[in-house]
Amino acid sequence: MSILIDENTRLLVQGITGREGLFHTTQMVEYGTKVVAGVTPGKGGQWVLDDRIPVFDTVKAAVEATGANASVIFVPARFAPDAIFEAADAGVELIVCITEGIPVQDMMKVRAYLDQKGSRLVGPNCPGLLSPGKAKVGIIPGDIAIPGNVGVVSRSGTLTYEVLYAMKQLGIGATTTVGIGGDPINGTSFLDVLKMFEEDPDTEKVVLIGEIGGTDEQKAAQYIADHMTKPVVGFIAGRTAPPGKRMGHAGAIIQGGEGTAAEKIEALEKAGVKVAKHPEEIAVLLKEL
Amino acid sequence: MKLHEYQSKQIFAKYGVPIPKGRVATTAAEARQIAEELGGRVVVKAQVLVGGRGKAGGIKLANSPEEAEELATQILSMELKGLPVRKVLVDEAANIASEIYLGITNDRAARKPVMMASSEGGVEIEEVARKTPEKIIKIHIDPLLGLRDYQTRDLALGIDLPKEYWRDFSKVCFGLWEAYKNSDGTLAEINPLVITEEGKILAVDGKMIVDDNALFRHPDIAEMRDLDVEAPEEVEARKYGLSYIKLDGDIGCMVNGAGLAMTTMDVIKLYGGEPANFLDIGGGASAEKVAAAFRIILSEPNVKAVLINIFGGITRGDEVARGILAAMEEVKPKVPMVARLVGTNAEEGRKMLAKANMITAETLVEAAQKAVAAAKGGVQ
Repeated sequence: MSILIDENTRLLVQGITGREGLFHTTQMVEYGTKVVAGVTPGKGGQWVLDDRIPVFDTVKAAVEATGANASVIFVPARFAPDAIFEAADAGVELIVCITEGIPVQDMMKVRAYLDQKGSRLVGPNCPGLLSPGKAKVGIIPGDIAIPGNVGVVSRSGTLTYEVLYAMKQLGIGATTTVGIGGDPINGTSFLDVLKMFEEDPDTEKVVLIGEIGGTDEQKAAQYIADHMTKPVVGFIAGRTAPPGKRMGHAGAIIQGGEGTAAEKIEALEKAGVKVAKHPEEIAVLLKEL
Repeated sequence: MKLHEYQSKQIFAKYGVPIPKGRVATTAAEARQIAEELGGRVVVKAQVLVGGRGKAGGIKLANSPEEAEELATQILSMELKGLPVRKVLVDEAANIASEIYLGITNDRAARKPVMMASSEGGVEIEEVARKTPEKIIKIHIDPLLGLRDYQTRDLALGIDLPKEYWRDFSKVCFGLWEAYKNSDGTLAEINPLVITEEGKILAVDGKMIVDDNALFRHPDIAEMRDLDVEAPEEVEARKYGLSYIKLDGDIGCMVNGAGLAMTTMDVIKLYGGEPANFLDIGGGASAEKVAAAFRIILSEPNVKAVLINIFGGITRGDEVARGILAAMEEVKPKVPMVARLVGTNAEEGRKMLAKANMITAETLVEAAQKAVAAAKGGVQ
């Protein structure tokens, strides 16, 4: 099994006619993901990918016509909050937002609204999800991971690829990889994903890739200590990051001495998590488990 | 993006927060003129984006326009924590009876804005939080509902504010909330908010930080950016949508993705090197963007080697390689370059780079080791 996405996922792509949207739709379809619809306001009635995927003006119309149950968002930051609201309003269960740069106050509203609606948001500012051999939603290159028994959850994009690739080199595969994104306010936390991996019968080990900023990793550590039966290998980026500077990701900042890599590593190790010193070592630690 | 005191207070005033009469001056003569117009005692305040201005001698009280001119001359020639003072704010001095703290910031863990008040005004709030956390009263604001009247009463009651000031205090709370909300603040702070001997509430200081990601809808605020607080390379990087932070080491880094960029720095350090910068070329980087990143890294004279670590996803390897080659032709780097490309279209990218005399590596550890050796002048 896998979590959140699999061969039954019926995906719609918001922003499908844009450059990145179209490029990654092609990649997702080639991987075998069932992309059933696209949405671009004003371009309803068109078709993309050699007339294989219909484009709609609204998410509601796309869902009604195709039964889409998940959405991936590739629209620019200033339009992305509206795209998320629209997907939630149309009853889409899983919304994955790739877009980076959404204002924090917009995200606070999005999160408050989604909590009422019951839709799950993954991201924003994330690479999406990959259940190797089944489906990919987002931009994670499909060929860097193989199916297996490890659940991977990460705040980062390319760093996650690095880890999946290192795992593949040692013949270790994944059930699902979830990129929860690098923003300070996101839809799905480490904690949410750890709970899903703990419940997923096929996931036997878990990798948690965190970074400086906030206290999400510490909360995850608490959950691991109290409730997890499956072993967890961790990695925290930003040991050398200076305080008070935003390290690329909006959420990656040490503020008032809080959110350092050292305190996160300590919390994870206290919870029995093996913390790797570099990403390639994660695969080695998994092998040893 | 941080705003100066005078800019923050102007925004607060727009939303009904009472502030002292005053104006900003760039010369001592101007400061004197403002003091003359105001009459009476004035405060001359350095406008620099650092904390602790008062302790550093950047805030002074003047009893006459002559004294204001004299103090402005002093302050305008100062540097506070390495930053030059280019402007002073000349404000009417208030007769302070008591001082309050009032601020709003984003509570990341609660995913809501939090408004905080304290009877311990005039002191840094972090210090109050450390010593007497019970003296900070907090209310969370529902992002969909906004601030409610009763919440301002919760704050007033919490800080033992005399009832005759509740109505005015509530107005200030709403003004600050509107300023924060409508300007996309990540922080809006009045410290101190004073009650004067005449019984009025007045915001004598102000501080605001605005969400960089929201500046597209606030062109007026975007123009207020003070470039003194940023390294020139950081300003240049922003023009190209790059995220660059200058550090003290000698190995330049160009990486795609913030997490991987931090990790690359960490691994360089792990193998005995020191990173010269954090640089994330971001997703979907064009050749032009990569070339700009390259120029910025190489403009730093300390850089003895460059490590390029690109794991393709949204950024395609061939696109990155084209950027690197274009930049190499333009900058003609004299330092050794270590490149590692993996992922989408990476093979095509690697082939292109192989022709350009670059050191290549398969793994991140190998790349870091080669970069550290190259920076130390060792084997390549």
